[in-house]
Amino acid sequence: MSTDFLYLVEVLINGLMAGVMYSLVALGFVLIFKASGIFNYAQGVMALFAALTLAGIMEGQVPFAHIINAILGTNIHHFGWHVPAVLAILMTIVVMVGFAWGVQRFVFRHLVGQEPIILFMATIGLAYFLEGVGDLMWGSDIKTLALGLPQGGSRWLEDMTVGWGGDDFYGFYIDKLDMVATIVAILLVASLIAFSQYTKHGRAMRAVADDHQAALSVGISLNFIWILVWSLAGFVALVAGIMWGAKSGVQFSLSMIALKALPVLMLGGFTSIPGAIVGGLIIGMGEKLFEYTVGSLVGGATENWFAYVLALLFLVFRPQGLFGERIIERV
Amino acid sequence: MFYREAGDFKTSYAEDNQTFPIKFDRYRYWLVLAVAYLVIPFMINDYWANAIFVPFLIYAIAAIGLNILTGYCGQVSLGTGGFMAVGAYACYKLMTAFPDVNIVFHILVSGGVTAMVGAAFGLPSLRIKGFYLAVATLAAQFFLVWLFNKVGWFYNYSASGQISAPERFVGPFAVTGPNAAPWAQYMICLVFVTVCAVVARNLTRGTLGRKLMAIRDMDIAAEIIGVNPLRTKLTAFAISSFFIGISGALFFAVYLGAVEVGEAFGIQKSFLVLFMVIIGGLGSIFGSFAGAAFLVLLPVALKFVGSDLMGWPTDLVSHLQLVIIGALIMFFLIKEPHGLAQLWRVTKEKLRLWPFPH
Repeated sequence: MSTDFLYLVEVLINGLMAGVMYSLVALGFVLIFKASGIFNYAQGVMALFAALTLAGIMEGQVPFAHIINAILGTNIHHFGWHVPAVLAILMTIVVMVGFAWGVQRFVFRHLVGQEPIILFMATIGLAYFLEGVGDLMWGSDIKTLALGLPQGGSRWLEDMTVGWGGDDFYGFYIDKLDMVATIVAILLVASLIAFSQYTKHGRAMRAVADDHQAALSVGISLNFIWILVWSLAGFVALVAGIMWGAKSGVQFSLSMIALKALPVLMLGGFTSIPGAIVGGLIIGMGEKLFEYTVGSLVGGATENWFAYVLALLFLVFRPQGLFGERIIERV
Repeated sequence: MFYREAGDFKTSYAEDNQTFPIKFDRYRYWLVLAVAYLVIPFMINDYWANAIFVPFLIYAIAAIGLNILTGYCGQVSLGTGGFMAVGAYACYKLMTAFPDVNIVFHILVSGGVTAMVGAAFGLPSLRIKGFYLAVATLAAQFFLVWLFNKVGWFYNYSASGQISAPERFVGPFAVTGPNAAPWAQYMICLVFVTVCAVVARNLTRGTLGRKLMAIRDMDIAAEIIGVNPLRTKLTAFAISSFFIGISGALFFAVYLGAVEVGEAFGIQKSFLVLFMVIIGGLGSIFGSFAGAAFLVLLPVALKFVGSDLMGWPTDLVSHLQLVIIGALIMFFLIKEPHGLAQLWRVTKEKLRLWPFPH
């Protein structure tokens, strides 16, 4: 095997790992879209908010310290304790469930039956709102998540593969964190599928996704299911937030990964969980490969737009995505 | 009492077809124009021009443009920032390539260039609908910004990668560059806004506007009654981009003077203009003005209340601003999906009956 080929393989593997990260965000989109027809632009900000909350709770920060200080003239910022990671994660989940309830109670309950595009715009408003609340609660400085997740390249894999393509090949460099993310993503998808297949609420969720009115008529509470779905999406956002936060710090740019998840969804189809995974992998791989082969010729940083253009070209030929339900229009 | 058609007799078709059929509206329209042209230029100073009037007028043009596409034709676009960048860079290239030509032509031609780019990115709209299209326009946004960042030809290979507007004159008065007087900047924007608004208003209430609305309401049905969807959608993209290009050119040349593309025309700008259209009112020219005014004034007002009156730190105020804008958007979508323009319409209906409610 030539060295060039091995480098290409390395690029591809790294692309796959990056794709897993995109898929994690895309999953949350699919959950909400299937159950309520809402295209939730705020998913990325939810990930940011969840990660911020987790970091804030672990550090023992006082929520809204900044605004309290500004109004009362005090100078508080920390409680002075550190919360263990497991407890902090549980508390964050409680916060996300509360958030799901609030969103359902105060926003989307009043928007039932509106056109999808109105709902989409409402989630953009929600994204702004949540971003502002996150900053107000925990401050806008970059935070690190000290969860003890492994960092850096995997030495083991490098040692295994060194010298494969001749003496100038130093082995595959693959981030350990990406590997953890892959395992977590697999577990997450497996548990989501198990939840929706084998539990009472999971079945109810699928019924709602199939047909709102039929679900209502057999006694399923739409309100409860929607809160459940938003909570699940909040949980997925927390997982995505932990992974991305551990990778590049908890900061505003995290919310921009939501935008990256959009082409992933367009490729995979909005209604399909496997689609979200496959779409993420294709985008992650394609983007790294394009940057590796063509990017250097045109000045680099093609990762900013490649995903969108790929999705655009793809959609022209297959508007419903790879696994999406066929779009049928009636007059 | 004053606000009604009764007693205002129309004696020709032209009169019957006019934009403002009610006398009170006509007087109000002329009054607003008179204040805008004859009073404000003499009162304006640097702060008012830069903080409020010039951005308001420029955003109003962009909002009119996006409103034609999103409000009238129903195609949601998140590429506004990218198209404004096309207008700005086209204007810059023209200004530096043909220094002797009047800047007004440059701005109009930049609009034309943007219209062509917009129509090209509008091509997929025939196959892709709804928010699939919204995401597809993100491709335009990111690709265009990347292009202007990477290809040196667009910024004349300047070391900083920025573009900055050279000084240009309309008659004897500088309108761009550091020596431009606030009133001159205000006036050139005002003239463009007036022309754009009149053109847009008349386009949208004629044949074209009806075709756009037919496509918006149901494209398949529109096709059956003889509206060519490809042509209509591309026209909508072209017209909308024309206005957005003009606003981008003005934004760069008159308002900012120097521009770094990712900062001035990033995705945030696309959302800002979209919010203006939503809050102002989808499918209403007046709404574009109302939305632009609202979102330009809101940060200024918040800054005034938060920083100057309460003495809060600026970052806190900017976070609050995000919360308030987000909450307002959700509030408007819940309470009044048709925006400020609808409130105005309701007021007019009430005025018509006032003071007798039945």
